[in-house]
Amino acid sequence: MSAIQRDRCFEILAREVRDEIIVPVYQAAQEWHAIRPDYALTYYSIGAMGQASSCALGLALARPDKRVVVLDGDGSLLMNLGALVTIASQKPANLLHFLCENGMYEANGGHPIPGRDRVDFAAIARAAGYRRAETIDRLEDFEAKIPGLLREEGPVFVVLKLVPGAPPPQDYAFIHGAATRATFKAALKRG
Amino acid sequence: MSGDPITGAAILDQIAASRIEFVVSVPDITTSAGLLWPLVEDKRFRLIRVCKEDEGVSICAAMSVCDRRALLLIQYTGLLDSINALRSAGCEYKMPVCVMAGLLAKEPGVPPTQSKSFGLRIVEPILDAMKIPHALLEDAGDERSIRPAIDGAYASAYPTALLIGRQM
Repeated sequence: MSAIQRDRCFEILAREVRDEIIVPVYQAAQEWHAIRPDYALTYYSIGAMGQASSCALGLALARPDKRVVVLDGDGSLLMNLGALVTIASQKPANLLHFLCENGMYEANGGHPIPGRDRVDFAAIARAAGYRRAETIDRLEDFEAKIPGLLREEGPVFVVLKLVPGAPPPQDYAFIHGAATRATFKAALKRG
Repeated sequence: MSGDPITGAAILDQIAASRIEFVVSVPDITTSAGLLWPLVEDKRFRLIRVCKEDEGVSICAAMSVCDRRALLLIQYTGLLDSINALRSAGCEYKMPVCVMAGLLAKEPGVPPTQSKSFGLRIVEPILDAMKIPHALLEDAGDERSIRPAIDGAYASAYPTALLIGRQM
């Protein structure tokens, strides 16, 4: 099976987004910030591991006029697996859930996740009741599919099979900063 | 000494008066019959059933950013299980997460800190350590604490906890 570098993937996503809310976790958050530091509609989900999908559900239900895109991690999702069932039962049509699967706790020393190379996350999401789930392992497939995914009725779950790229710069001061959350809230108010 | 018990209807009216739109919940036997089952049919609220309480913390926090009010209705054990999410989203990121937690098997008229249950005894000290204001709802009239607590949480951008002290 082939795999994708996350930074290449996010560079493509960064070109495609318009006014979607992006909810990235941990190293995905650092990478997204490095690629699109200007993207004010970013709700950084960092501080309590596993909570990104639940944050995204809250945003999706409270703002049904906005599309919400989660950039989740496999270690993160495993800490909050029940959220898949909660999301599926709420059926938010405006939620697109990406899972960055690299098989490791990247922010915590690179240790393998339980079930690495055995767990089928797309199958779990499908069984939980997501409207559709798939796995993408080639960058060209991601690039071809992303415009459609951003318009598709959700909840949709997409596993991105990743290999490590260059480590992203770590800007915790920005990501944890009160100013960043204020910027997000102001951007959300503007529409 | 224990007065007339607080009722679920009185609590629901005060939740509505506090402009709560969403109630996010994991069931709790303390509040099941008197509060959660009536809430299912109450058109003033949208009920969101979650699998685990920390999901609810994150959902309520995210909704607050959108200027939509939510209440997390759970059991105190779920509150204890959600401390990390509450610490992060509520206390450190300063978001108004409003928790209503049933104190399972608390003895009526006995302060939680003097309960025979270890789990109940530690609830208020933990909230105090996190500087989260809390109020005990047990007797008729205690529902008057609800609206100031919720309004205060949204005004100060900080969590609040409303503790249901007897089964209803």
